[in-house]
Amino acid sequence: MSSILLPALILIFGAFALPMVGKRLRPLLLLGLPLLTMAQIWSYDTGTVSVIGFLDYQLMPLKVDSLGRLFATIFAIMAAAGGLYGMNQKRIIELVAAFVYAGSAIGVALAGDLITVFVFWEMMAVASMLVIWSADTDAAYRASMRYVLVHLLGGVVLMVGIVWQVSSTGSVTFSAMQADNPARWLILIGFLLNAGAPPLSAWLPDAYPEASYSGTVFLSAFTTKTAVYVLIRGFPGEEILIFVGLYMIFYGIIYALLENDMRRILIYSIVNQVGFMITGIGIGTEMALNGAAAHAFTHIIYKALLLMSAGSVLYMTNKRKCTDLGGLFRTMPLTMICGIIGALAISSFPLTSGFISKSMISQAAADESLMIVWMLLAAASAGVFLHAGIKFPWFVFFQKDSGLRPSDPPMNMRIAMVIMAVFCIGLGILPGPLYAILPYPVDYVPYTASHVLNMLQLLLFSGLAFFLLLPMMKRTLTITLDFDWFYRKLMPKFTNGLIATFSPLDDAIRQGVVNRLKGLFVVLGKLQQGEGILARSQQAGNMVMWVIVVLCAYLAFYLFY
Amino acid sequence: MSVDKKEIEELHWLVRADTIRKLWLGGCAVLGVLVLAELFVDPHPYFGIDGKFGFNAWYGFATCAAMVIGAKALSLLLKRADTYYDTTDKGSETDNV
Repeated sequence: MSSILLPALILIFGAFALPMVGKRLRPLLLLGLPLLTMAQIWSYDTGTVSVIGFLDYQLMPLKVDSLGRLFATIFAIMAAAGGLYGMNQKRIIELVAAFVYAGSAIGVALAGDLITVFVFWEMMAVASMLVIWSADTDAAYRASMRYVLVHLLGGVVLMVGIVWQVSSTGSVTFSAMQADNPARWLILIGFLLNAGAPPLSAWLPDAYPEASYSGTVFLSAFTTKTAVYVLIRGFPGEEILIFVGLYMIFYGIIYALLENDMRRILIYSIVNQVGFMITGIGIGTEMALNGAAAHAFTHIIYKALLLMSAGSVLYMTNKRKCTDLGGLFRTMPLTMICGIIGALAISSFPLTSGFISKSMISQAAADESLMIVWMLLAAASAGVFLHAGIKFPWFVFFQKDSGLRPSDPPMNMRIAMVIMAVFCIGLGILPGPLYAILPYPVDYVPYTASHVLNMLQLLLFSGLAFFLLLPMMKRTLTITLDFDWFYRKLMPKFTNGLIATFSPLDDAIRQGVVNRLKGLFVVLGKLQQGEGILARSQQAGNMVMWVIVVLCAYLAFYLFY
Repeated sequence: MSVDKKEIEELHWLVRADTIRKLWLGGCAVLGVLVLAELFVDPHPYFGIDGKFGFNAWYGFATCAAMVIGAKALSLLLKRADTYYDTTDKGSETDNV
């Protein structure tokens, strides 16, 4: 198996060629590297395993099965689409970081052991931080620092869990487990942190919107969905995930409803959508896991499309607050249409990709007679239309006339949006190809008259609620406090208080020590000055006498002891 | 970047009062048709309550209204000016293109 080339490495090493080639060749690499990676992923049959020895362990940096291949495939598609969209990005470091980030995500998806997972996991944290950082603003820099601190904390938790797990079982294999001991709890917590689970969900809306117009598109795809992947593989059917997922669903809706920043609205909806997937993983049946995996696949596409649409608005107007936007449908028709298609897909509208994936999770809840879960998922489906399906396009493209008259973005960005929009509708109309590559055989028909009618009722009456309650949703120049308040406000306040309290004592101690040292130096100085004992010249006879004394003392010590 | 200035001066057909009224009427008609369609389509309920007439219509509306009102109530507690973190760690809003 020594001839195996890890698909992840094509993107990771290929990324470093991007700054070295000229403007003409770079687009070829931006599209060619992900496509080459994709070809490499599909060149391996399921069941292909590469094994290498490391210390006393057998690592599996490549283990191809249908679940891993599904995620690696969508990550490669996303890298290509993001590369196309970001082709005119002047800060090449962002593209390099984004490709390393995408490659690392593919590395996680195809890893067969926990150590390989961890290595690529941490590479993702560093690369994604660089994507944020490369926006080159103070806000982005500070957000990236907070982001990486949260992720390094998660990484430490995960590492401790993995080391504990490996030392107690003697195996590094990454396979399904139950959170029934502290090692596995830590692994689960480490995974969940990257999924945006509570209480540390705030890193997502804090950091992602600070990236550039193209950086946020990349960021939306990899970290949270790799977390979904490892949870599907590592903790299927873990019941607590149902509660975690439901919390994330409603957290995302409520916070998005209150948000004014168009991209932050969409980032909150990532938490919301990942919540659906986590709930599915918690239910744990084949239908639910297929639903979670399919929804991750479709979500990456429509979320990228939504953020491409928002990124295009930001690129052309330099504005991101709903209060500053509105009426852009007049001059950005393509961006608006693509944004609406993404919004319909995230809302699971019939004939869009969300409809054929998310409904599998609800179906699984119904199959397992989980009535409350099913009811909450139905309410959440309506809520998605409310907070993302209508709110985003309404406040950005319609609402009021902001007076802004930007045109649609450059050609490469338009093509990227159109491709993703075609994917959204194509998968919605023809779900067969996606169903064929899901981890388990699919026995599900999304298009029944009752399902379509039920969903249309749910969504359109949600729309009615939106427009009737529109006065309550008037955008204001506000943010909503989240858990990050503890480390952005309370902890600095606390540490500043500590400094204010103890700095006088600290000053007094330092001053006391300095004063004593000064006194000592004065005494030592006197010894070396004028007639000081160390400044006097000594006769050679005196020195010989003292040498004899020391030698005699040494001899006596040697003889008697 | 800017488009024809004439367009700025004219009120786009989509935002005229007459169009908006028609959109409301059309939207309400669609909602009515969707509810009435349930007379002809078996909703295939899983639990009983979802078999009630127009369940998804009223449930979708009621839960969304509850979420909007709930969010509004929560905002009384958690809403702050968007310059809240500025003194410590926020930058400008538009400099990350």
